[in-house]
Amino acid sequence: MHIIENGNVAAALGVKLCRAAVIAAYPITPQTPVTERLSEYVEAGEMKAEYIHVESEHSALAVCIAASSTGARTFTATSSNGLLYMHEQVQWAAGARLPIVMCVVNRAISAPWNVWNDQQDSISQRDTGWIQMYCADHQQIIDSVIKAYWLAEKVSIPIMVCYDGYILSHTYMPFDVPDQERVDTFLPPFQPDYALNPKEPANLNTVTLPDVRMDVKGELAHGYMEIRYLLHEDLRKTLAVAADAEKRFAEIFGRGGDPYLEPYRCDDADYVAVGLGSITYQLRVSVDALRKEGINVGVMGVRFYRPFPDAAIAKALKGKKGVIVFEKALSYGYEGALASDLKSALYEHLAGTGHLPLVQNFIAGIGGREIRTDDLTQNFRAATRSRIAKEPVWIGLKL
Amino acid sequence: MGTRNYRRKTSHSEHGPGDGGRTGSWRVERPVIDQSLCIPCKRNKEACFICWLFCPDVVISRTIPPKIDLEYCKGCGICAEECPTKAITMVDEAKFSDEVKDKE
Amino acid sequence: MNKEFIEIRWHGRGGQGAITAAKIVAEAAFTSGYAGVVMAPTFGTERRGAPVMTSLKISREKIYDLSPIETPDIVVVLDHLLLKEADVTSGLKPGGIIILNTPMAFESYSFKDYRLATADITAISVEAGLPHGMVNTGIIGSLEKAAGLLGIDILLKGIEEEFRTRKPEKNSMAARIAYERTVAGG
Repeated sequence: MHIIENGNVAAALGVKLCRAAVIAAYPITPQTPVTERLSEYVEAGEMKAEYIHVESEHSALAVCIAASSTGARTFTATSSNGLLYMHEQVQWAAGARLPIVMCVVNRAISAPWNVWNDQQDSISQRDTGWIQMYCADHQQIIDSVIKAYWLAEKVSIPIMVCYDGYILSHTYMPFDVPDQERVDTFLPPFQPDYALNPKEPANLNTVTLPDVRMDVKGELAHGYMEIRYLLHEDLRKTLAVAADAEKRFAEIFGRGGDPYLEPYRCDDADYVAVGLGSITYQLRVSVDALRKEGINVGVMGVRFYRPFPDAAIAKALKGKKGVIVFEKALSYGYEGALASDLKSALYEHLAGTGHLPLVQNFIAGIGGREIRTDDLTQNFRAATRSRIAKEPVWIGLKL
Repeated sequence: MGTRNYRRKTSHSEHGPGDGGRTGSWRVERPVIDQSLCIPCKRNKEACFICWLFCPDVVISRTIPPKIDLEYCKGCGICAEECPTKAITMVDEAKFSDEVKDKE
Repeated sequence: MNKEFIEIRWHGRGGQGAITAAKIVAEAAFTSGYAGVVMAPTFGTERRGAPVMTSLKISREKIYDLSPIETPDIVVVLDHLLLKEADVTSGLKPGGIIILNTPMAFESYSFKDYRLATADITAISVEAGLPHGMVNTGIIGSLEKAAGLLGIDILLKGIEEEFRTRKPEKNSMAARIAYERTVAGG
């Protein structure tokens, strides 16, 4: 059933359809309407869930960690400094292998203060061991939440579903709300491999030593390094499981395609723009304009950022003359995070093959600086003529 | 870094009227003081000034009578709430004609 | 005006219901076969009474570009006092339409390059039985009279649906009266 609503409502509806059992979240612009909407569903009895009031984001995720450890399907959401506030718990949740789903409504981080959109908040968490998915429109938001629960519970790794603050969270557009029966078919109740149980008390995430050691049963328990290695290995294996999720979703809901990438006019393109989130849709307008000028370009949205789909990306970009990365975040002191990861993937798979494209990095929209489609088009066009710079080029700077 | 450099590289705001723009335009209701009830007016004395004290935007002056700067008053109504003699009433902004508004 | 892709910018005040009005039009457009509708409010810190903008894009195809409207085809001004506080005609295409809620006569305005449509929606809403200042449904009637985009019936139905628990007939009456009384220039 199609409705016209904003991105935050899409997220909340996704959580409702997934029958999340414990919700703990602290309000922060522009995420607040998600938590408000969910609390309304719980209050009205439309969701059978515990809505737990917490005094901070750190506590919100702590509550989710505890609840998830007992086998409850949990949800939280945040943005910007809220995500930063819970960072310690973010690391914890991944190391504890808990299938928590969190929506991150992308917003710039402080200092200085800013409530508008960029992606520094979630990008700054890319090393934590969480799976990261990025959405370009509301359909992707609601569908990604549903896919995320299935995937997280399959691989026992938490997932951040990220979408642009204001541009998606507060903008209204039509999207289909899947019906409950189909979601129930796609997503069975949460059945954890292990759940905390008062009848069988246990101590979770205890101190580990630098080396392995015997446990009380006389068995050699994994040490910290093994536990962390297995998180990483399972993240790499998640790429294949994500493909399963996509296939299963398509079978039940009738939509879906590539699990990692969303290409537009890339097949015969010489130059491909790459990005995360709504900017990749905006770039479609630039692609169409440049194609009319006779320049063969395309744009590719990256849906999964972590684990990084390096092989798929390298395959898609093999032999292109240039790759132009437009991003709303960077690793301060070096360059755009996506650009770095992309270069690494291209090098890894294509160096020495003669099919290694050049990469141009643009930084745009920091702190919600308006991204004019014309500016994207102009810079895209310039990048097809020659590589502009090794360093990232900032679009729309007003020094 | 030097002060000038510091200001360039950080977000820095010093106090002064109007940093938030002409917030008087946000008003839906306007505070109106009835001088026959207002303590400093009645006694012709610098007394009370609770409206000045409580105004979150410091747009009320400690004068006889207290003057409200309508350029910035947002119409929050705290002055009316706190006035001990109920000398201040919040009046629908729409009741003030364009003519009167133009003069401001 | 290209009826395949229309950009409408709404100027109102925080709390006045410009978003609701835009949403009603968006729903009606979607139902009428415009696959692409995107509606975005002013982003940021707002308070009741502060000037706000809402943008509405309507297209036969899905809309991928969510960036702010630069050259609207239509601007809707919910309160004539906003003419002094906001540059409502900024970017308006030559020949574009301005819909203005004002108690002043149509003839008292001169917008050279644009087509003006006026109505005293504030008074019309009161006449329809609504509280003073509730102009967001009446203005939809003026929009339809001036632009003739979707047909008044589907919009009235949309208004009654959106306001089904809040005086639906009075709200749709306000739109109907505004539709009849709006003076639209050529």
